[in-house]
Amino acid sequence: MEQATALVSFDVQRVREDFPILSRTVNGKPLVYLDNGATTQKPKQVVDAIQAYYTDINSNIHRGVHHLSQLATDAYEITRRKVREFINAGHEHEVILTPGTTHGINLVASCYGKAFVKPGDEIIISAMEHHSNIVPWHMLCEDRGAVLRIIPVTEEGELDMETYRSLLNERTKLVAVTYVSNALGTINPVKELIALAHRADVPVLLDAAQAIQHLPIDVQALDVDFLVFSGHKMYGPTGVGVLYGKEKYLEAMPPYQGGGDMIKEVTLTKTVYNDLPFKFEAGTPNIEAGICLADAIDYLNEIGLDRILAYEHDLLEYATERMLEIPGLRIIGTAKEKSSVISFLVEGTHPYDVGVILDKLGIAIRTGHHCAQPLMDHYGIPGTARASLAMYNTVEEIDALVAGIARAQAMLV
Amino acid sequence: MTINEIQDELIDDFSFFEDWMEKYEYIIQLGKELPLIDEQYKQDEYLIKGCQSRVWLHAAQQDGKVVFTADSDAVITKGLVSLMVKVLSGHSAEAIAKSDLYFIDQIGLKEHLSPTRANGLVSMVKQMKLYAAALQAQA
Repeated sequence: MEQATALVSFDVQRVREDFPILSRTVNGKPLVYLDNGATTQKPKQVVDAIQAYYTDINSNIHRGVHHLSQLATDAYEITRRKVREFINAGHEHEVILTPGTTHGINLVASCYGKAFVKPGDEIIISAMEHHSNIVPWHMLCEDRGAVLRIIPVTEEGELDMETYRSLLNERTKLVAVTYVSNALGTINPVKELIALAHRADVPVLLDAAQAIQHLPIDVQALDVDFLVFSGHKMYGPTGVGVLYGKEKYLEAMPPYQGGGDMIKEVTLTKTVYNDLPFKFEAGTPNIEAGICLADAIDYLNEIGLDRILAYEHDLLEYATERMLEIPGLRIIGTAKEKSSVISFLVEGTHPYDVGVILDKLGIAIRTGHHCAQPLMDHYGIPGTARASLAMYNTVEEIDALVAGIARAQAMLV
Repeated sequence: MTINEIQDELIDDFSFFEDWMEKYEYIIQLGKELPLIDEQYKQDEYLIKGCQSRVWLHAAQQDGKVVFTADSDAVITKGLVSLMVKVLSGHSAEAIAKSDLYFIDQIGLKEHLSPTRANGLVSMVKQMKLYAAALQAQA
């Protein structure tokens, strides 16, 4: 098979050298890590930075008067600046550092909900959402007496945009949708989605957890109102994430958690809240994760998200072609625009069984409902086996996956 | 045979397998051979919660012993389930409630007993013991 250009020009072996864990073995076989949708591995630049934080500057931030605390605070705020640049946010104070995507969505559901959502109002989500972008909205609707409306998903795993149009009305207060589906790999037409919502005067939250590491994101160009993602899925540390929000909304929203750092002044009778972004950053955060997220961003910028996108696109194409060679293999999620995810079923087998056998061969995939039970119900399946790619995966690893699936098939069917 | 005697026999059987593939082929074979649970018991109320694959379990009293039948839609799970049934079915409620299932670890399948969301084996063992305890209390 003719190799697409990006597969040849991207120096994936050079990238792999930066990821020590990729040379380990599992069950006596070389690790083939294809569970990047769950979490990505970290380059030694990030691992070393975490260690250096603890050996050199560990100190609490935003509080101290001494030198180390100044160093730590500066480093933390450098991350905020780098995130702002990375997603092209208008202001640094529109970048809230959170524990992760789930926290960010819960924050918006709670605080935007308190400020803007009344009984009878409507929230729109889609049928392909991750539970973290479903449950907070269930809770909001229950709490505020609002109604949840669902954008249906087509057989190919794309959003039914016709129905979406008809769902928007004067009671709609927010649209919350995933940019890239973790279960299907579908890249949603977010620009169109946002434009339609804005025409109806409705803000949009994008769950970018599966997009931030694969596609360049410009929040001003998208004109998105809220955007959430996690550090650990973009080669950064676990325990840090970002909530981007337009100033006008964040200013109007009450705080989420109360405590230290998010206050300006506290007396026994009242509290004056701090300005953005600190209003939404109560307590001591995961400092080392926050600081070292900057190193992950630097690493990505050095390689170039455009080059990563091109390589991953060609790798996905290769993987799709090879997997479709397997008789009885069905890919779930066949949208025209996809990113780095192949969910599949092998006829006559349960995905769990396939996952167990692949694991014995050193191949790490994910099986199950992928925190998207409504989506699995929609397809009438118990779950899928999912291979999710990253920029350090190779053509050889795809070949190993295909051979592994064939072997599992031989054992199980 | 007592529960522990059955376990020891299984451990002995499994010691002949040279690699993981032989072991899993055997488990898959067991899974394919396990007598299917009566269709009427493949209902939600007999489903073990907390597994990726669906596991149905039914327990009944027969001549003072607890008899289990079970099924799963994932064949490896089904094989493991058939091992559990082989060990625990046909014994007194008391013996089941007290049992220590050391064979899973000893035959090298400990990962299937780990309390992650992925496998229902932990839930199933719990459920079997719960049934036994409930039947014991009834007696």
